[in-house]
Amino acid sequence: MPDNSKGPILEMKGINKSFPGVKALSGVDFRLFRGEVHALMGQNGAGKSTLIKVITGVNRQEAGEIRLGGKLIRPDSPLDAQRLGISTVYQEINLCPNLSVAENIYIGRQPIRFGKIDWKEMNDKSNKLLSTLNVSIDVTQLLSSYSVAIQQMVAIARVLDISAKILILDEPTSSLDENEVKLLFGVLKKLRDNGLAILFVTHFLDQAYEISDRITVLKNGNKEGEYISRDLAKVELISKMLGKELSEFSYSQKETVINTEGKKIRDSKEVLLKAENLARKGSIAPVDLDISRGEILGFAGLLGSGRTETARLLFGIDKADQGDIFIKGKKKNMNNPSNAINAGLGFCPEDRKVEGIIDQLSVRENIILALQGKKGIFKNMPMKKQQETAENLIKMLGIITTGTEQEVRRLSGGNQQKVMLARWLATDPEILILDEPTRGIDVGAKLEIMELVLNLAKKGMALLFISSEIDEVVRCSSKVEVFKDREKINELTGGDIDVNSIMHIIAGGN
Amino acid sequence: MGEISVIWKKFYSSRIFWPVAALVFFLLVNLIIKADFFTIEIKDGHLYGNIIDIIKNSIPIMLISIGLTLVIATKGIDISVGSLVAISSAVVAVMIGGNLVMVNGHQEFVTLFPMPVAILGALLVTSIAGMWNGMLVSRVGIQPIIATLILFIAGRGIAQLITTGQIVYLYYEPFFFLGSGYLFGLPFSLYIVIFVLVITMFIVRKTAIGMFIESVGINPTASRFSGINAKNIIFWCYVFCGFCSGIAGLVVCSNIKSADGNNAGLLMELDAILSVVLGGTSLSGGKFYLMGSMIGALIIQTLSVTIWSFNVPPQISLVVKAFVIYIICLLQSGKFRKGLFRIFGGKEIVS
Repeated sequence: MPDNSKGPILEMKGINKSFPGVKALSGVDFRLFRGEVHALMGQNGAGKSTLIKVITGVNRQEAGEIRLGGKLIRPDSPLDAQRLGISTVYQEINLCPNLSVAENIYIGRQPIRFGKIDWKEMNDKSNKLLSTLNVSIDVTQLLSSYSVAIQQMVAIARVLDISAKILILDEPTSSLDENEVKLLFGVLKKLRDNGLAILFVTHFLDQAYEISDRITVLKNGNKEGEYISRDLAKVELISKMLGKELSEFSYSQKETVINTEGKKIRDSKEVLLKAENLARKGSIAPVDLDISRGEILGFAGLLGSGRTETARLLFGIDKADQGDIFIKGKKKNMNNPSNAINAGLGFCPEDRKVEGIIDQLSVRENIILALQGKKGIFKNMPMKKQQETAENLIKMLGIITTGTEQEVRRLSGGNQQKVMLARWLATDPEILILDEPTRGIDVGAKLEIMELVLNLAKKGMALLFISSEIDEVVRCSSKVEVFKDREKINELTGGDIDVNSIMHIIAGGN
Repeated sequence: MGEISVIWKKFYSSRIFWPVAALVFFLLVNLIIKADFFTIEIKDGHLYGNIIDIIKNSIPIMLISIGLTLVIATKGIDISVGSLVAISSAVVAVMIGGNLVMVNGHQEFVTLFPMPVAILGALLVTSIAGMWNGMLVSRVGIQPIIATLILFIAGRGIAQLITTGQIVYLYYEPFFFLGSGYLFGLPFSLYIVIFVLVITMFIVRKTAIGMFIESVGINPTASRFSGINAKNIIFWCYVFCGFCSGIAGLVVCSNIKSADGNNAGLLMELDAILSVVLGGTSLSGGKFYLMGSMIGALIIQTLSVTIWSFNVPPQISLVVKAFVIYIICLLQSGKFRKGLFRIFGGKEIVS
């Protein structure tokens, strides 16, 4: 249990950090004690990774102070932080897969004897070190011949040997299976009991409860609070992460309209998209779902719960291991996005920068891209037609740009998002998947987009609406699939849909 | 006046401005050292002069750059183009045959295969080489520089295999027209470049392929999500690049009247890459400028001529060339120019 008597080993006060256009952290306090596992939780963009980057010297805070064992520190590089005793194991393990396990542990600090590397001692020491973590493997084998979990242990062994006072683990379990997670947690518990301070970043609720003694929740760059894990109810934690009290979901008049409209539209019985037993190993357990004409299906769940993964299977970005997809009753193979587009689907991806916009191309080119892709290379749209299409959509969605030829990267986030929508509306899809269409845009734009979604449904489009803002999903969906830990765990329809019950489902009670 | 300033502003802010400015600068420098630099004479109905020489000498690089521009736009690179020039030379030379046939003291022009067949054969072989490069990059997923390194090295070996290790000398005069003939007073090879360039520009800008190439080069993931088959686009760019290198090989072979597997097209890949970059196409892919690449090829050739005119000692001429090109590249960067204007206290020109 945490050793509070000597005060925190790490204490951060009033940390501020901003990036162009975003305030990533504002006035965040954080403390970490010896002999505790502390979970850092929050949605995407809450500031978790920025906070870690400040601790490890990747980024420098603009204001605030960091104290390590009472002394003021200001690490200016990860190496510097490591020298101070702050070690980090990242999500993507940064070791050398083509070197042996022992070499990886002692790289740069190999034991030398008579001017040569003392291989025997290096291997012996590696063995001893790994055995303290309950791992016994052949340390002379290449690192790449072992599973990710073992590689992670090696990474931990390495940083521990360099002498760590604080161990930071950034999403360490995201690519581990259940047994591997158990193995890792066993090691973490042991290290904790030896007095190490462990900071653990995760988005898996159950794991946070299983391993952590204390939880700090961040939301939009602010500290939401610090809690003792066993005193914090799961539902409460979820609502802290979403930043709203359960009773706080009150609607403005406009929002109420959206809310009632959203519930109403479900008269058509024509199923446009149906998935049976759709699954992919390591990304989503078998899931069934269907969307009818004029219906908005919502996906609710936390980050990494399987909502985006399911959408990727539907759109052919990842290939399903099993299961079938039917479009209007006909079985379709979704081997790549172009199959899906030809079947009448559209997909606004979650990560606008990486998966969405082509930043150096113009607004016009970005808008007509998918339509042109559908038509093929040789059926080029005449320039006049291109401009017409772009102008119509710019007007319809109220995209703020100097014109059709403006480079799309000069637009604000909300307008870029609308350009993405425009790209898909140009293809006139029957089924449109929207993954986090309201992420990173201001409240006004959010409402506009939700209104638009409802209007599209009214015109007969089938929509799949994915959002980590549960209240948004609740507001405009007539059916909601709830995801948790890469599995669809429940389905709510019509009047049963409300924030409270979804939170309870995710938290595991009913 | 107003209209001219609008046109000037548009020209100044376009990517083609700095390449053109550099070219004009070097031409003017030459004019200052040699007053008769621009003089063009007419001899035997052909135009002769420094300018014609510069154009003629840059033609193989121009041809290669047309294909290479598209490859670079997809965020790729093809360093095998010089070796493909050697292969193309070897194939066409062997198919035409290096026999000198004398009948009654007069040369008779004979070929092993008809000349058009030989030409098509060479282009087919280099296109297949391009397919190999394209397959490795787009299907197997090897990094472009490594994938094309294979033919960069093996290509010269293949060329020597084709010529059985000998230098094949050609005596078939009709073939020489390709590289050293004149039509309407201008080198015939210039018409080849113009033809290939116009066709390419037409296809690239009148079909959607230009936009797809750019979008794949800028963001392959987003392009795939929009239903574009990035793999095919990348594949065909390499094939086209092989094809263009093949044409360059024909011109080179015809011009020097022989095929030398070891030296034909040697180091041309570097000049071609440089032409593309000088022309404003970024090595990190995306927007491409075919005309710019042509200007780039002319800059390199003009620069060589300028260095000769200055009587720069041969042992340091490469260093001078490198330095000047370095300066041109820096001047193309908007950031660098801003810094420069700030240092010299000049007014910042809005671009």
